[in-house]
Amino acid sequence: MKSNFKRTGFIFLCVAPAVILFAIFMVAPTFNVFRLSLYQRSTFNPNEVFIGLKNFEMLLKDATFIRSMQNMLLLIVMVTVFTMATALVFAGILTREKLRGQDFFRIVFYIPNILSVVVISGIFSAIYDIDRGLLNSILNLFGQEGILWKGEQHVIMSLVIAMVWQAIGYYMVMYMASMSAVPGSLYESASLDGADRVTQFFQITIPLIWTNIRTTLTFFIISTINMAFLFVSAMTGGGPNNASNVALLYMYNQKNLGGGYGYAMAIGVVIFLVSFGLSALVNKVTEREILEY
Amino acid sequence: MRLNNENRGERLYKFFIYFVLAILAVLILVPVVWVLVASVKETSEHYGSPWALPSHIHLQNFADAWTKANMGGYMLHSVTITVMALAILLVVALPASYCLARFKFVGGKFLNTCFMAGLFINVNYIVVPIYLMLSDGDKWLKGILGNGFLLNNHIVVAVVYAATALPFTIYLLSSYFATLPHDFEEAAYIDGAGYARTMVQVIFPMAKPSIITVILFNFLSFWNEYIIIKTLVTNKDQWTLPAGLLNLMQAQQSAAEYGPMYAGLVLVMLPVLILYICVQKNLTKGMTVGGLKG
Repeated sequence: MKSNFKRTGFIFLCVAPAVILFAIFMVAPTFNVFRLSLYQRSTFNPNEVFIGLKNFEMLLKDATFIRSMQNMLLLIVMVTVFTMATALVFAGILTREKLRGQDFFRIVFYIPNILSVVVISGIFSAIYDIDRGLLNSILNLFGQEGILWKGEQHVIMSLVIAMVWQAIGYYMVMYMASMSAVPGSLYESASLDGADRVTQFFQITIPLIWTNIRTTLTFFIISTINMAFLFVSAMTGGGPNNASNVALLYMYNQKNLGGGYGYAMAIGVVIFLVSFGLSALVNKVTEREILEY
Repeated sequence: MRLNNENRGERLYKFFIYFVLAILAVLILVPVVWVLVASVKETSEHYGSPWALPSHIHLQNFADAWTKANMGGYMLHSVTITVMALAILLVVALPASYCLARFKFVGGKFLNTCFMAGLFINVNYIVVPIYLMLSDGDKWLKGILGNGFLLNNHIVVAVVYAATALPFTIYLLSSYFATLPHDFEEAAYIDGAGYARTMVQVIFPMAKPSIITVILFNFLSFWNEYIIIKTLVTNKDQWTLPAGLLNLMQAQQSAAEYGPMYAGLVLVMLPVLILYICVQKNLTKGMTVGGLKG
């Protein structure tokens, strides 16, 4: 009996600190996002007043909010498609082929992932600079006019390039790990049957790591919402003219824009719901029979 | 004849692959190296061709960034906050993941599910409520003690970092602990070691590779973080490197002093790059420790 008491005490001491920290700094704030979305509260008027769904009604009429949601979805789709496709193809090449300097390529491709988004946006500001930027100086070499990379027209594309640049290495390394677990004998028999590399890639590699692709896709969508916020807030601040504003940044900025905290949290709730909806949708659409090897 | 053709096709294919890989490597390396070079250029040289090499190594940029732009102070804050956050995280997460993975107890399953769900909550979603909670706490403390200390406090920032890193860390550690056979503990118990001693002296040393992975990933995320510090610390002088750098970048855009700005970029980037080169094997291998197996 005494040892049982000791065991319980030990478990309690071990688990309690983590649970307390988790409850205070993650569960309670998450709960508050949902609760505050039904209230009115601002910096100047800290008293919370219950107003029901009014914040959400206002959101529907807010053109900036709608634009920032559109930008967010656009970024999610474009960054996901480009990153996933490139990462899968390069991982396939690097695991299947016997190449010299594989380690070198793996190390180099992973570098962007370890840099702070602030550093990356500093680097890309140098690349996108109108007069002294690297890209425009290359364009000038070919007699082309420089492009206003962070202008209203191209800003989303510029963000996509930076975000793909950052994310590719991580997903490549991830896929390389799971691809290297596919037994080589499968490829040998496939090439005896006359299947070329492209067929092998689509008929063997992709189906066999499908579970992994699905998992990463779900996480990728959630993390892209966050990365888009980090990149936009560091690179463009949402400008020019809200052309690159994303929902999470719009929510964050409510703190400075007159401080409508309730309104900000209503935006947060919508983002939460959209991200879960998207993940569920992707999960459903990508459902396949699981193949074993 | 046919064989010859196939061989040639094979060689062409290999060449093509190397070519594409090299292009991608160049696309990744050139911007990073370019910033390293730009950080030692003189101010006047920034107005010339962006591809020109500097005439000499102009280290004054770093001195300017370090003292005038307060990068030295930011560096100190970055180091202290990162170290504190890592320490808190390990002290809290290690025993918790061990118990959650190895002991069956009432509510254990529920807690595991909660922490798993926490993986989906990104800290940037909840940074505003955290700020509100702390500022309310400060107001309440002011009423009692006459002084609030929750905002503008590096220890609190470190605690927030550690707390928000818990789900990922516990997920990673407990999936490792779960793979160990129970014989280790049984042997230790028979030898008379208690629960705590078994955990600290038998189990933790075995988990070293996982602990290193956890430290690496969290070091990167704490070191590079800038939203939380900007929100919870209103005094700009108390910020960390990335937040201070962002501030410098925005200020420098109007002043057009590129030298110190690129020097600042290098100061943020260099420690991470050096660490990465030392431990890159652990990092890229450790990524799969969490068990995202296909």
